[in-house]
Amino acid sequence: MNIVTEGKQTKKRTIPGFGLTMGFTLLYLTIIVMIPLSMVFLNTFSMGFQDFWATITEPRVLASYKLSFLTALTASFVNAVFGVLIAWVLTRYEFPGKRIIDGLVDLPFALPTAVAGITLTTLYSPNGWIGQFFSFKVAFTPAGIIIALIFIGLPFVVRMVQPVLENIEKGMEEASASLGANRMQTFIKIIFPELIPAILTGFALSFARALGEYGSVVFIAGNMPFKTEISPLIIMTKLEQYDYEGATAVAAVMLIITFIILFTINILQWWTGKRYSGK
Amino acid sequence: MSIIIENVTKYYGSYQALRNIDLEIKSGELVALLGPSGSGKTSLLRIIAGLEQAENGKILFNEENYTHKHVKDRNVGFVFQHYALFRNMTIFDNIAYGLKVRPRKTRPSKEVIEEKVTELLQLVKLEGYKDRYPSQLSGGQRQRVALARALAVEPNVLLLDEPFGALDAKVRKELRRWLRRLHDEFNVTSVFVTHDQEEAMDVADRVVIMNEGKIEQIGTPEEVYDHPENPFVYDFLGSVNLFKGNVHKGKLVTGNVEMNAPGSEDGAGTGYVRAHNFIIEREPAEKDSIASIVDHIHTIGPIVRIEVIRQDTNEPLEIELTKEQYLNLEISKEERVFVRPKELKVFVDFMAGI
Repeated sequence: MNIVTEGKQTKKRTIPGFGLTMGFTLLYLTIIVMIPLSMVFLNTFSMGFQDFWATITEPRVLASYKLSFLTALTASFVNAVFGVLIAWVLTRYEFPGKRIIDGLVDLPFALPTAVAGITLTTLYSPNGWIGQFFSFKVAFTPAGIIIALIFIGLPFVVRMVQPVLENIEKGMEEASASLGANRMQTFIKIIFPELIPAILTGFALSFARALGEYGSVVFIAGNMPFKTEISPLIIMTKLEQYDYEGATAVAAVMLIITFIILFTINILQWWTGKRYSGK
Repeated sequence: MSIIIENVTKYYGSYQALRNIDLEIKSGELVALLGPSGSGKTSLLRIIAGLEQAENGKILFNEENYTHKHVKDRNVGFVFQHYALFRNMTIFDNIAYGLKVRPRKTRPSKEVIEEKVTELLQLVKLEGYKDRYPSQLSGGQRQRVALARALAVEPNVLLLDEPFGALDAKVRKELRRWLRRLHDEFNVTSVFVTHDQEEAMDVADRVVIMNEGKIEQIGTPEEVYDHPENPFVYDFLGSVNLFKGNVHKGKLVTGNVEMNAPGSEDGAGTGYVRAHNFIIEREPAEKDSIASIVDHIHTIGPIVRIEVIRQDTNEPLEIELTKEQYLNLEISKEERVFVRPKELKVFVDFMAGI
């Protein structure tokens, strides 16, 4: 009898434990993500709408939002393009030192961001090793911020795209070639569509990371109000002045905008993935 | 379009996949490359397609040298074992792909493409599926789409790599008949790779039997089955029984029986007898009657497979009878019978004395 009832249960789902795993997921996300994030909003509510509005529409804050989002978007866009290129080289070709280059990709994750910031500033300052070759200033301008953000966001797209590229069925490319397509057509029509979901995920991760980045940027940015002052720095400044409500207000606005952008990317990704998953 | 393969050799590292292959395929022929896995049949097909390059030798299409032409310029239709459909495209776009990627000068207009694809969809009986994605189709349907996609570019030759290998037995049979009809209708030179001898025999005009990177025999299905040129071919096509022994004055002596082997050279040799080329009797008739004990009886549809053990050497023999013959005999397990080969082919052992 026991065997019969057990058989019935496993029919519904091959791996049991939906209740347990779902419960754990909710609890975990609540403790790790939801509670800390709601503190931001709770803190903000205590300041009243007028103060809140005045804080977040302050010209210096607005300028920082604009700078933060634009530099993060540019950096993650650059990472998306070159990340695909690096992933391509690492999966498609065999060359000496391939393992070393593969390992190098992850380094920006391991390096303390302050170290990265100081190093980049030294290199890109007007008389630095790399900076001297540019006719315009790189460090202490938005261009410098973008470079720091590219540095810290590099691994995301590479690591997202690499496994997908490795698993693309070779037959599809061969079929494309046998039907008369040249390499460019095969890449654009066959390979690239397969990579889109992975590129979007990598882009989203890189973007989210870049928005919140503080350590590496403050060194290379120069932190001039209205010009090279990023939002996380504004938040830090406010905290140092014991203006907790002000800091959380700025943070809350960033959170909302970030969430909207990430949510849009997720929808886009779900839509591209759905098209050929056959569901 | 005829295909001539001259002295083709292929290595994978130090492993030699193809050894000096020579093969001529006539225009409009349907040829099967048949062999066990690792025999080099797929490598040969991929070299004909241009998906791989031979180290040595030449590939000629209609007597024109195609050896160094890129696969995209060879105008071959290639069908893969695992379909290799473009999963981000609808069935319609999959079939239209080969026409759409042509350079602007030779690309047909949208209307012409649409017409052509619709025609092909009718041919493969998938008219209602043009807006679906490959993942929504069954294996047999996917392979039909792959065929339509290959035919859309009006290829010089159609190359199929184990096209029905991933399908179940019934669909497989249906599709190979359909492939034969399609081939006759389009009259395109076709080469297909298979490890299934029944499939090769059923569909092909000629069968090329390959083993360890070389061609063992080329011929029509009847020729290779009825007149195998060497032990490998004999062994590979259908179940066969071996009688190891010595040939002396036109007789093969094995165990304590003597079999007629006219025309065979004296020396160590092996007799080959197909499972269906035996007579089972209750009494010994000639010197070649082998006293045996019935060990197993399996009925497989219209065929009855009987395993007997030779009493002289204790070796098993596999015999196939029709159901009718079996019922007339009225034999059962453990019974003593006499087995006589109807047809015997002796190959002298090259390995003798080693």
